[in-house]
Amino acid sequence: MLLNIKSLHVAINGKEIIKGLNLGVNQGEVHAIMGPNGTGKSTLAAAITGREGYEITQGEIWFKGRNIIGMPAEERANEGIFLSFQYPVEIPGVSMTNFMRTALNAQREYRGLPSIPAGEFLKMMEEKKNLVEIHSKLTNRSVNEGFSGGEKKKNEIFQMAMLQPSLAILDETDSGLDIDALKVVAKGVNELRSNDNAFIVITHYQRLLDFIVPDFVHVLYDGKIVKSGGKNLALELEEKGYEWIKEQYQATSEL
Amino acid sequence: MNNNPLVEEISLDEMLVRHFETHFDFISSNDIPSVSALRKVAMKQFLTTGFPSGSDEKWRNTEIEALTEEHFNYYLEPNEPERDIEDMFRCEVHNFDTEIISMLNGWYLNSNDRITILPNGVVYGSLRQAMKQFPELVEKYYGKIGDITSNGFVSINTAMVQDGVFVYVPDGVEAEKTIQIIKMIDRRESLFVQSRNLIILGKNSKLSLMHCDDSINHFISLINTVSEVYVGENAHFELYKLQNLNNQSGLVNSTFIQQEANSTIKTNTLTFNCGMIRNNINVDLQGENSHADVLGLYLMDKKQHIDNQIYINHNAPHCSSNEKFKGILDDEASAVFNGYIHVARNAQKTNAYQNNNNILLKPTATINTMPFLEIYADDVKCSHGATVGQLDQEAMFYLRSRGISSGNARLLLMYAFAADIINQISIEPLRQRIDDMVKKRLRGELSVCEKCVLHCGMPEKEYHFDIDMSKL
Repeated sequence: MLLNIKSLHVAINGKEIIKGLNLGVNQGEVHAIMGPNGTGKSTLAAAITGREGYEITQGEIWFKGRNIIGMPAEERANEGIFLSFQYPVEIPGVSMTNFMRTALNAQREYRGLPSIPAGEFLKMMEEKKNLVEIHSKLTNRSVNEGFSGGEKKKNEIFQMAMLQPSLAILDETDSGLDIDALKVVAKGVNELRSNDNAFIVITHYQRLLDFIVPDFVHVLYDGKIVKSGGKNLALELEEKGYEWIKEQYQATSEL
Repeated sequence: MNNNPLVEEISLDEMLVRHFETHFDFISSNDIPSVSALRKVAMKQFLTTGFPSGSDEKWRNTEIEALTEEHFNYYLEPNEPERDIEDMFRCEVHNFDTEIISMLNGWYLNSNDRITILPNGVVYGSLRQAMKQFPELVEKYYGKIGDITSNGFVSINTAMVQDGVFVYVPDGVEAEKTIQIIKMIDRRESLFVQSRNLIILGKNSKLSLMHCDDSINHFISLINTVSEVYVGENAHFELYKLQNLNNQSGLVNSTFIQQEANSTIKTNTLTFNCGMIRNNINVDLQGENSHADVLGLYLMDKKQHIDNQIYINHNAPHCSSNEKFKGILDDEASAVFNGYIHVARNAQKTNAYQNNNNILLKPTATINTMPFLEIYADDVKCSHGATVGQLDQEAMFYLRSRGISSGNARLLLMYAFAADIINQISIEPLRQRIDDMVKKRLRGELSVCEKCVLHCGMPEKEYHFDIDMSKL
């Protein structure tokens, strides 16, 4: 199993947000995580990627056979975990080119490979830019600075394409995207899908899942996965909303 | 006279005053009469003020007494160099050909040589020679641009200084090569060193000047430099100051610039290392439509202290000024930034901008930043801003989430912060070299250089940086 999360509990400032979550993800799979606001979807992403300030009070996160709890964020990234941010950060003064080259070389160094030759790197940049239909020159642009909402999200997928992770977590990549940008993002993701990698798609809405078709859909509620199913579960949620899930969950927890 | 160090167990100011009284004839032996007369006025001023202290409002945040109360040796004549000078002043910036002026321990090397006059008419040499060959020019500008009463350091410099650099760019001449003043301290003793520069740009002329202050010893020195710059009508002047001295030393640098109509200046003060630095930069915009860019970058750590005091005086209408200083402070380093903008009553349509941004890497680092705007005209645009912060933690996580180590992520962010100032260096080979030095400094690898500040010890070895910052 690529990712195996066992009875995970995560707290922020002493307040428990994830309350015993189990999730297994194999290579080649796409898992969608849905659920109402404030149920812990982004907290889960933060816990997997190693963001500081998220305290793992219990449980284990196994990735490629190693328990990664306590592993620094950069090492997780170099092991192959990627997060597409819900709110990509603007970094004035750091050019996209330098950023990507530094990241790529950090990964290569971690894997015992030499730095990427300049020519090869530039070719790769062009190729991956085309994948997500970024037409502007990135060389002289600072990371996300002055990018539109759509460009920022495309830029996340562009970075994913450059770094070729084995597990990509897309945190509300659809939020703030118009339908055209959404299609471009989805197309990029679909082209990167393979039998060797896996995706966790965090979203509120069914809409994205029309374009990135999941193998599994999980509903996160009150810090736990309360319901899992196939892609039809997403359609059911779209049609019926989350209320019936909440009622079902409260009924079972009262037993 | 006998060149023994003037060292006695008395305070620095007393020692200086005593030698002024005893050796006035010797000190003023190369003077033109106006310079000698000015010495007396300046000494009178110094006798009333002495060196500045913490009780002076403008020195409140800089404990200059820590240095002025030290014991120093002071020489009235140059010493024999103790090492191979040519090697020491070799400056290795590739593709950057400069006219080098070497000053060792405050003295112009080979000052008995004639003044150099380049084929295009640019004149440079020691100030004492200039007083012989260009007395009218010296008399016209010396002591007229700088305010000798502005503080005790300027007064004592005016009273006792014996050497320095003279540069004259005649009307209509554009100096092709940058003139580079390399000032080195290498004595194995504690020195008080003074020097005086007079830079004159005629109408429609152009000059870029570098001023490097270095030390290659590990003794305490206190360097007191005063520079006066006259920028004639429609003349363009650039000044790059590189400051890289040891952790014990102090540097008080007072630069006075006067600008005539349609002239532009750009000063960039780059501070890499020094125990205590005080930069006074005073710009008088005297003629209409003149513009001043006054920029600076300081990267300080340990217990280092930097104090930048910038005075921009808008004395004529339609002038603009842009003041921007950025600093990164680590450990227990401290910084002061005071930006004064004075807009005179007739200076309508003034456009003045001032900004100071700081990153404090540790909670023990301190910055004291303050704007002072005094505006007497009613149709002006003045803005100011200051920021003090830490490295952006969101950005740190973003970089790390892409596999970049926290160390390199910090460097990238610090470098990005500094790049803003570095990118305004208009001489490309110099910009690249400074860029390299900043990276080294941020990595903690730039110590007091073996040689010239731009030499970086190993010219043959290309410096390699983990993060490839090169623009592709």
